Amino acid sequence: MIVEQISIFVENKMGRLLAISEILAKNNIDISALSLADTEDYGVLRMLVSDPHKAKEVLNQNGIICKVTEVLAVAIDDRPGGFYNSLKILTDNHVDIKYMYACISHEKGKAIMVLRVDDVNGANKLIHDNVKDIVDPSEIYRLSAK
Amino acid sequence: MRNYEIETMPRSELEKLQSERLVNQVKRMYERVECFRNRMDEKGLKPEDVKGIEDLHKLPFAYKSDLRDYYPYGLFAEPLENIRRVHASSGTTGKRIVVGYTDNDLDMWANCIARMLEGVGITKNDIFQVSFGYGLFTGGFGLHAGVEKIGATVIPMSSGNTALQIQTMIDFKATAICCTPSYAMYLGEEIEKMGVKDQLSLKVGIFGAEPWSENMRREIEDKLGIKAYDIYGLSEILGPGVSCECEYQCGMHVWEDHFIPEIIDPETLEVLPHGEWGELVFTTITKEGFPLIRYRTRDICSLNYEKCKCGRTHVRMRKPSGRSDDMLIIRGVNVFPSQIEEVLLSLDGGNITPNYLIKVDRINNTDTFELDVEMSESMFTDDVKSISKVEKEITEKLRSALGLGVKVHLVNPKSIPRSEGKAKRVLDLRKL
Repeated sequence: MIVEQISIFVENKMGRLLAISEILAKNNIDISALSLADTEDYGVLRMLVSDPHKAKEVLNQNGIICKVTEVLAVAIDDRPGGFYNSLKILTDNHVDIKYMYACISHEKGKAIMVLRVDDVNGANKLIHDNVKDIVDPSEIYRLSAK
Repeated sequence: MRNYEIETMPRSELEKLQSERLVNQVKRMYERVECFRNRMDEKGLKPEDVKGIEDLHKLPFAYKSDLRDYYPYGLFAEPLENIRRVHASSGTTGKRIVVGYTDNDLDMWANCIARMLEGVGITKNDIFQVSFGYGLFTGGFGLHAGVEKIGATVIPMSSGNTALQIQTMIDFKATAICCTPSYAMYLGEEIEKMGVKDQLSLKVGIFGAEPWSENMRREIEDKLGIKAYDIYGLSEILGPGVSCECEYQCGMHVWEDHFIPEIIDPETLEVLPHGEWGELVFTTITKEGFPLIRYRTRDICSLNYEKCKCGRTHVRMRKPSGRSDDMLIIRGVNVFPSQIEEVLLSLDGGNITPNYLIKVDRINNTDTFELDVEMSESMFTDDVKSISKVEKEITEKLRSALGLGVKVHLVNPKSIPRSEGKAKRVLDLRKL
């Protein structure tokens, strides 16, 4: 499933993450998954949230730089080999993964992978065509499809 | 003393010599340098109106921007066939400024430095390691020629590669060295760490091209086991050697048979009485290739006309205390905020200049140079690799524009403090 993710520029400074989470909290935006890529000076915070466009709007209003991008969310079995099976399909089809993160779902036995790829539609189709018993992540998580 | 008669010349005679040379220089430049002729005409002045140094204050000023406007050779007073060498340094924009020297100019320059070297006790028996950079920068070649002039042995080391610098001064038994004062401190610290101070043969060091303090002098002297002397100069006037300290270290003697200094109020442009602090202005009275009349150095300084204990009559200038413009000297390199602005403007297709803050400090005696750049929507992509690419691009462009390494930090928009709506551009934390 293709979902929208919000990516936020975070200066590497005490209190920045707190400020961002405060803005989201005040605007009643729910965070479902997140990952933080960091360098010496700055980080990029990527999140799946209940309303990415609203999140962007309120963050921008507070002078925070962010972008909404499309990513691929794949529900996988939470068992040995679950991650491998989905990843193999993409790799066998030469889909280059720029970055990814994962979270465990509320529903027992499922996890969600969030993948950033160049051709998100192509990768989505590959997963659909090749993974048996595909579960729509929205069924197990508070995600809404694009 | 290298040239006793000139260096100790009674002031009345020195002023007579200056007057003769000034009159000739004005006449020569009026004939040959368009920019100067135009400025004289605007003021309704003819060369005949200048009868001596008492008329100097009537003459028009020259500015660093002239060197940009007449780039590269428009201010030269000799045809290029008579220009034997050029040097260059930073301008206020990306374009460098170029200066040229005739054979006589190069000889005069070497003599100015030779006077200093002899003044601080360097003889032909010395081995002199020149650790100023060789190249377009005037430091390396300038000192080199002066050392050769007095017949000492020169090690043309150039700057950088600290381990090799230290090994060379030990193995080649260098007795004297020149470099920037902060590099001397750094060398001193490395020598301390390596525990090789007792293997050095150094006696004397000559340091310049950036601001330094008396505290630094004492530390350098202690760490390297030498006596440390200050040298002053700027490419536009000559390069190092316009003025320098004698053995008594009580101000830098300006070689007044070649350069006439004045101190002006940078606001009113009036000449200030002897001893007052103001902007230093130089007139070159013997230079052929690239002469300048009343060049505004932007250095804040004062002059002492009393005869020195060393016997020299040439005026002594204090160590400049600052600038009347926004130029920074970082690791001996002149940096103007406008140069940085130009680079940043080129990033976004020339649409916007991101807000930035230049942060300079001196840590472990080395200047640190960092630049905060406010992130913008157009610079932001969601993967770290692309953002790092932006950071790297800024760093590389600045390195090539300034000739200086800088650590770039991308920061949050609107995080750089603004005062009265205008962003503060420079944070200089160096305590000099």
